[in-house]
Amino acid sequence: MPDLLADYPLPEAAYHELLDAQGQVRPHWRRLFAQLQRSSTAQLNQRQALLARQIQENGVTYNVYADPEGADRPWELDLLPNLIPAHEWQQIAAGVAQRASLLNAVLADVYGPQQLLADGLLPPELVFGHNNYLWPCQGVQPPGGTYLHLYAVDLARAPDGRWWVTADRTQAPSGAGYALENRQILSRAFPDLYRDLGVQHLAGFFRTLQDTLARQAPADGEPPLVVLLTPGRFNESYFEHLYLARQLGYPLVEGSDLTVRDATVYLKTLAGLRRVHAVLRRLDDDFCDPLELRTDSALGVPGLLEAVRQGRVLVANALGSGVLESPGLPGFLPAIAEKLLGTPLLLPSIASWWCGEPPVLEAALKKLPELLIRPTFPSQSFTPVFGRDLDAAQREALSERLRARPYAYVAQALAQLSQAPVWQADEASLQPRAIGMRVFAVASADGYRVMPGGLTRVAADADAEVVSMQRGGASKDTWVLSERQVSGEPWQWLRPLGVADLVRSDPFLPSRMVENLFWFGRYSERCEDSARLLRIMLARYVDDDDDPQALQTALVLGERLGLLPEADSGELDERLLEALLGEEWPASLRANLQRLQWTAGSVRGKLSQANWQALVELQREAQELDAEHGDFGDLLDFLNRLLMSLAALSGFALDDMTRDDGWRFLMIGRCIERLQFICDSVAGFLRSGAAQDQSALEWLLELGNSSITYRTRYLASAQLIPVLDLLLLDEQNPHSVLFQLRTLLRSLQRLGERFELPEEQALATLEQQLSAFQLSSLENPLFGSEGVDAVLDGLAERLEAIAQAASETSDRLGLRFFVHVDASQRTQSS
Amino acid sequence: MTSAHYQILHDTHYRYSAPVSLAQQLAHLWPRDCAWQRCHLRQLEVGPQPCQRRDALDVHGNPLTRLVFERPHDELKVSARLQVEVLARVALTLENSPPWERACALLTYSGQPLPAPLLEAARFRFESPYVRLKQAFVDYAEDCFPAGRPLLLAVRALMQKIFTEFTFDAAATQVATPLLQVLEERRGVCQDFAHLMLACLRSRGLSARYVSGYLLTQPPPGQPRLIGADASHAWISVYCPRQGWVDFDPTNNVLPALEHITLAWGRDFADVSPLRGVILGGGSHDPEVEVTVLPLAAPV
Repeated sequence: MPDLLADYPLPEAAYHELLDAQGQVRPHWRRLFAQLQRSSTAQLNQRQALLARQIQENGVTYNVYADPEGADRPWELDLLPNLIPAHEWQQIAAGVAQRASLLNAVLADVYGPQQLLADGLLPPELVFGHNNYLWPCQGVQPPGGTYLHLYAVDLARAPDGRWWVTADRTQAPSGAGYALENRQILSRAFPDLYRDLGVQHLAGFFRTLQDTLARQAPADGEPPLVVLLTPGRFNESYFEHLYLARQLGYPLVEGSDLTVRDATVYLKTLAGLRRVHAVLRRLDDDFCDPLELRTDSALGVPGLLEAVRQGRVLVANALGSGVLESPGLPGFLPAIAEKLLGTPLLLPSIASWWCGEPPVLEAALKKLPELLIRPTFPSQSFTPVFGRDLDAAQREALSERLRARPYAYVAQALAQLSQAPVWQADEASLQPRAIGMRVFAVASADGYRVMPGGLTRVAADADAEVVSMQRGGASKDTWVLSERQVSGEPWQWLRPLGVADLVRSDPFLPSRMVENLFWFGRYSERCEDSARLLRIMLARYVDDDDDPQALQTALVLGERLGLLPEADSGELDERLLEALLGEEWPASLRANLQRLQWTAGSVRGKLSQANWQALVELQREAQELDAEHGDFGDLLDFLNRLLMSLAALSGFALDDMTRDDGWRFLMIGRCIERLQFICDSVAGFLRSGAAQDQSALEWLLELGNSSITYRTRYLASAQLIPVLDLLLLDEQNPHSVLFQLRTLLRSLQRLGERFELPEEQALATLEQQLSAFQLSSLENPLFGSEGVDAVLDGLAERLEAIAQAASETSDRLGLRFFVHVDASQRTQSS
Repeated sequence: MTSAHYQILHDTHYRYSAPVSLAQQLAHLWPRDCAWQRCHLRQLEVGPQPCQRRDALDVHGNPLTRLVFERPHDELKVSARLQVEVLARVALTLENSPPWERACALLTYSGQPLPAPLLEAARFRFESPYVRLKQAFVDYAEDCFPAGRPLLLAVRALMQKIFTEFTFDAAATQVATPLLQVLEERRGVCQDFAHLMLACLRSRGLSARYVSGYLLTQPPPGQPRLIGADASHAWISVYCPRQGWVDFDPTNNVLPALEHITLAWGRDFADVSPLRGVILGGGSHDPEVEVTVLPLAAPV
């Protein structure tokens, strides 16, 4: 290996993690450096590639939603860890632990007696002006007085080698999961070094978090159930939520998975409500309860705050803790530390001046070119500005803005970041990059424990001064070295799985997953049904020679089923287009495809990649079709392709999906939807007065997807009695009413045995009545053709009753399994 | 007359187009007691019967009723019956208030200990859900706040300005209409005018809070008082370092006295809306609200 440092720039202004002032490798780096020098370029590149592959695999394993072509950026991890010697780490850890205790005490004060405000040690502007000061949380006492269960701090190293705080993370600190993932990967890349250097393990940190939540959760003697609350799969750090939930063994839930009853939080599972004793939240606090906090939040749990207030659940971090995330706060911490802790603040913060005090504002305005101007509150739409980047006019405009509302701005000195080596595979050399370090602390029974390590973040390019994961840039593992060999087991990732670990079904299967599968089943069938009816109408509309009576009957049915807009809403071609593609028409095929795709997205982990792609493709095509001047030939084409894809989708569901409870609900959803559709269609047809019309009977067969069966059986044109037999009574035809009705009853019975459901009396009775129906009453009518009409009307009534009963069953299942309320206790209106 | 007695009926009726399976409601329908007001009777009737009902004070000291419904229901009816006595307030000489700049300076952090009234006032100086702070609001009120004018005179001028320049128009806005749009279109209802006045005062660094309540309205001459024809009302209160909190009603251009009945106060409407909740199901629904304010000759 050639000299690794041959082309390693050494700007004097910065501290170098690797090299001392004389350009010599610092003692704690020598061992790692020696190994690098012994390695060939190819070996190092191979290791780097290994890391990348590992990360990608984890992404696949843990983030089933990751879209291969989507916005999900792969996590970047540099080959070299950043190394910190034990004695240096002790100082950092002591400072971080002290700061966590201090911030916890500040939260206790601002949500309690507010003595710091009364004493003039903390400006009310920084508290009451902050959008994350949550008034409804005032006076709420968290268990054990702990507001901050997890705390993270961003550190930067100044040229003199001291670490300075650049930001506090108190809301729902992210990154600990990434630190753990980095460690898992990098310790495998350098197993010998990892052992020989005595790198301190991270496992204790996560165990402490588990212990603290279990200890503080108001469990009332039950084994505590802790859940990890995520904003959902669209959140940028969703991957980390999944990863942490699995590492900690907590169910990962969204707000809609939880419900509050009698000021107690429950997880909605298929088997019923399970009490939740603690919520580790990754959702910002103001979004957590739409009843009392931000009313526009659909992500939270209505009533959560009242459950906290009543001491029935632990929320970590406490609701309201986000108020301390402000660059205005650190300037006041030294005096507050003296007051609350009686000791000086160990870790200094980067020099900053909150402009809310008139003299401070004037001083900051004078030195504007040397400063970074930042918003005080996260809600402000103001991007930080470097004073030196502004010309005179821009500076004047900025000064005016600051004078108008001084307390909303903070002036900060520029941070000079330290430089650490990164491996550049394409240049086969080491290059210095600016780094910052995020360090984590967790509350324990005896004060805060600091994770020995952390997430080192690396600037994206050589001259970047800002380190941000969101803006690109890589990460490093942080190795805290110890004087002696580290014993103790590593975290659970290396544990082999045995028989005791086998999982056949998820005991915490959230109702939401099942509900989405149920609706996935309903919407896929609904799309199929309406596509078929639309194809019938369109084909007959395009083909002028066909029987106009058949088209007319189909249109009447379309209206009756609510698919086609009423006649007075426009010309026929406009109405057909609206039914297909209408943006405004809620029952349009396009709208139902959108619903299908949405539910598919939420159960995507259960679908195959090919199925998902097919759905996305159809959706895209439906979006592209011209809703105003559609070509009916193209549209027919589209309907044909759509029906094929939907058939593939249902084939997949039948053949390839795991037959768990979720699958059962999917099939029940399909079954209910199809039953309703055939019943309503045939009933509508029978009432249309065209029951004997041959071409109308032809399309009814087509609608029931039974034309081929009919033709092979009868080799004749469609006639009423055999058509009705095939669509209503034939128990071998999966498109017949009796087939679907019996399937539904069987499924419900099985469900009832498992979950103690009352028997479906109404449906069972209707099934008996339909089975007993004699088609021969149509052959020998007692009262001539009027008698036939009476029989057909009676039949239509029965079918409508079945459709109605199926719809009521759907509502009942929803209330029982998804909403979890007892529908038998329905309150009647007075 | 040193006091006035009222009976107030406030009915809210939701008829849901689809059943509501779960609901949690927060009601600010019981008047708070304050120096100029006594509540002699308060009843809250709720139908259907809630599964739970808890009464407490909210963080600003207003009575708050929490209602929880865990059974499907098609409608919700909440009826408040109140008897309130409004007392005459301490007479004020607006000219005696300190210059408005002095009030701003006292409210601004200076590193000195903060007396309790100023700390209380500080709650109401910043942005809140319906009140954003903008330079446009400073500019709008500029002519009401010449240098050195006593605070309460300046606030009265602002009240008059809003009263004169804005048209009361119940069709113009909804609760969520942004204030900048209200300012541009110059129309709205009492809630908008109160929020606008708060924005003008707070954007300038003053403390002001939103007051929700009722107003005695007079029927047209010769006609009987109609039941249910009144409405909820809203106005503002500004903090003056010498005189304390002083109410102003920009919708009617008056300083509230015996005809204003105070229900609750907070940073803005979001803190004190009479009835708000989160429901599951329900379909589309708009509540019917009926308010009647009846003057009583003597306590009943």
